Amino acid sequence: MDLATFIFWIVAIILVGSALLVVTQSNIVHSALALIVVFAMASGIYLLLNAEFIAIVQILIYAGAVAVLILFALMLTRTSNIQVRSNPNSRQWWLALVICALVGAGIIFAVTFSPHAVANQGNGSGQVPANVNNVVRIGQLLYSPTTYSYVLPFEIASLVLLVAIVGAIVIGRED
Amino acid sequence: MGLTLNHFLVLGAVLFCIGLYGALAKRNAIAVLMGIEIMLNAVNVTLVGFSFFNQVKPYSTYLTGQIFAIFIITVAAAEAAVALAMIIAIYRKRSTVDVGEINMMKW
Repeated sequence: MDLATFIFWIVAIILVGSALLVVTQSNIVHSALALIVVFAMASGIYLLLNAEFIAIVQILIYAGAVAVLILFALMLTRTSNIQVRSNPNSRQWWLALVICALVGAGIIFAVTFSPHAVANQGNGSGQVPANVNNVVRIGQLLYSPTTYSYVLPFEIASLVLLVAIVGAIVIGRED
Repeated sequence: MGLTLNHFLVLGAVLFCIGLYGALAKRNAIAVLMGIEIMLNAVNVTLVGFSFFNQVKPYSTYLTGQIFAIFIITVAAAEAAVALAMIIAIYRKRSTVDVGEINMMKW
């Protein structure tokens, strides 16, 4: 077992364990704190996959912005001072468990028995040209208007963000 | 043997199922939103894994999976902002965030 595999198993075990904590804690603030661990560990997975830019963005946006947003929403929607039973299961939680087991079995069956079009072994060292790191390559792909790039989807994404900001203010303000 | 694509695909599948359970089985609307965020993260893990193991030139140099992950993060941030604003607006009117009691659009 080489070092990358070892780190992968450590990060994956913490990731799945804290994701289980998110859905099993009865205090919802503890769930939100476990969610931050989930986001940070997912960023570790991205680092293992040579995706440095996504790892940084994951820390900034998820562990920074979304987690703080969720904690603020928890603070604003507090129903009682006692937070012990603030995250109850619905009555048909066993049905949800069955559905999740079926979906997971289906996905893992498909993963195991389908031939992948991409290589099953290998690494990302040949992904980007030499002397160009991941962040520079993503910048070229997102912004450069001349070569193969994603300029138009990027502009549409910024429009989506603008509409979401305006919509959140309009929906959330006091009448 | 080192890391293979299956490691990341199975990790993504397990994470997706945990998030799906959280989204289906919880009564608190914010807990449902947390489950959805976990599901989006699982999809991102899968996409970045595909991008890492893609060795078909020249498509692997386009980093399609990572670009997809960036757009998913963007849309997830927008979705979280709008959904939390809606939850707060509903809480202000109904004093509850229980998805079982919010039934004003049910007939």
